[in-house]
Amino acid sequence: MHSAEPIIELVGLGKEFYTASGPIKALDDINLSIGRGEIFGIIGLSGAGKSTLVRCINYLEIPTSGTVLFENKSLTAMRPREQRLARQSMGMIFQQFNLLAQRNVLQNVCFPLEIAGVSKKDAVDRAMELLEMVGLSDRSKAYPSQLSGGQKQRVAIARALATKPKILLCDEATSALDPNTTKSILSLLKEINKTLEVTVIVITHEMAVIEAVCDRVAIIDQSHIAEVGSVADLFSEPKSKIGRQLILGEAAERVIQFGDSKNVRITFDGRSSFEPVLSNMILACKVPINIIHAETKDINGTAMGQMVIQLPEDELDQKRIINYLKTAKITHEEVKSL
Amino acid sequence: MILDATTLNMLKLGVWETLYMTFTSSFFAYLFGIPLGIILIATDKDGIYPIPWFQRTLGIIINLLRSVPFIILLIMVIPITKLVVGTTLGASAVIPPLVIASAPYVARVVESSFKEVDAGVIEAAKSMGASPLQIIWKVLLPEAKPSLLVGAALSVTTILGYSAMSGFVGGGGLGDIAIKYGYYRYQTGMMFITVAILVIIVQIIQEAGMKLSRVSDKRIK
Ligand SMILES: Nc1ncnc2c1ncn2[C@@H]1O[C@H](COP(=O)(O)OP(=O)(O)OP(=O)(O)O)[C@@H](O)[C@H]1O
Ligand SMILES: [Mg+2]
Repeated sequence: MHSAEPIIELVGLGKEFYTASGPIKALDDINLSIGRGEIFGIIGLSGAGKSTLVRCINYLEIPTSGTVLFENKSLTAMRPREQRLARQSMGMIFQQFNLLAQRNVLQNVCFPLEIAGVSKKDAVDRAMELLEMVGLSDRSKAYPSQLSGGQKQRVAIARALATKPKILLCDEATSALDPNTTKSILSLLKEINKTLEVTVIVITHEMAVIEAVCDRVAIIDQSHIAEVGSVADLFSEPKSKIGRQLILGEAAERVIQFGDSKNVRITFDGRSSFEPVLSNMILACKVPINIIHAETKDINGTAMGQMVIQLPEDELDQKRIINYLKTAKITHEEVKSL
Repeated sequence: MILDATTLNMLKLGVWETLYMTFTSSFFAYLFGIPLGIILIATDKDGIYPIPWFQRTLGIIINLLRSVPFIILLIMVIPITKLVVGTTLGASAVIPPLVIASAPYVARVVESSFKEVDAGVIEAAKSMGASPLQIIWKVLLPEAKPSLLVGAALSVTTILGYSAMSGFVGGGGLGDIAIKYGYYRYQTGMMFITVAILVIIVQIIQEAGMKLSRVSDKRIK
């Protein structure tokens, strides 16, 4: 887990694009602090500004306002030369892998080392070491066109780590991969984070990715940060509207299909999901209920979950159940149509 | 028409002169064209070293040069030819106008090859801290190589076509022979032979370029 010391700080960050059809605000007043050693997720819908945000972190995109601090040094204040040097401490991987098509695997991993001015022999040694780590040392002479998507991303990861960066930026790194390959790439990222103590920043539009690897997460919505917090907190109690939509999305939509009678969403934290909450409630209230949606997840070892129940038509019965939930201190809320 | 020894020798000399003009001009055209193509792509507003006003100006100059008909250029650059080559007659005298005519063309061909390089790969290089010069040397040129070779076949054959026009100013080569015998003396047989040889040379250059491109391209499994 991460220490409190921040490695990246974004202060009042803004980015505006000037296009023929007028300015587009891609980022607005972004304030974020990413701790050394953590796996930090940034999630949002398409067009929310996620890619722009990571590209501002390594200054591929120059923000139009605010500051990026990398290890307390302002990238904004650096000259282009120093910025390039700083980038060597920040690896980056992409959705489309972006390997050099005319170089073989080994030469691809050597590429950032050549740029950094490392001698040929040292570069090859380092590259082979990394290919070993990502499990591709036997494919060092292959060209990218001869590799599968997952293998290409492994090469890209090895390449991004070649200069021993302190941060690894991943922009939709698993979005072009199938579920199994995604899983293996994510566990590789987790392993890299643990063994090499590299801070990992994961950009995604999939909650499953956040759930699988991240310690903390920021939700970005329409150029703004909607909420930031631990992944466990987000799953047990999303605070923002977009947060609910991303986590409960499916359930929220399904609820609408049931008639007019009241629906209540119950959220379990780690403790209560092991207790027979529902059975106790039904026994105590002597009222039948209808389960519309239920889902539990294992987040970092504790069970998290949510359930949407439909209450009976009778108002008195409804009150009884709500009161029970209140006194039992079970997080709940009424959902109408979302 | 008889293919006697004199005629054969003349044809041989014609082939040699044509090849000499074409390849020397191509060499110099690329010497100027590649840097121009790199400058065009790098200084583009989305390029690795944007200077939009400069890029636009350069683009206009290149287009202007390309729109001057070669035959006019051939006459217009006579003073320059005299200065550089020392004479305005013979195969060497055709090289300066050929270079001036084809360098802007080559610049555009080279530019379009560079445009094919995946923007994501350039982005990846930038993310590793590569400088604009490193991106040119280590990404643009090697990644565009197969396409550059296809473009080279195109450019060299175009330059060969231009060189055939040199006959009008007594520049030598197969074009000169075709004009002298076919146009001024009405010996159509001779004209057909020279044209046939030109066609064969174009075929060989084109095929060689494509073959080299294929062999060098690592994207093909
Ligand atoms: N170079 C650019 N010029 C103009 N507008 C841009 C540019 N890059 C991004 N934008 C705009 O900024 C907004 C945010 O884009 P961004 O690529 O950061 O979104 P994203 O969250 O990464 O989306 P996706 O999940 O689809 O990748 C969008 O409205 C996009 O159209
Ligand atoms: Mg994106």
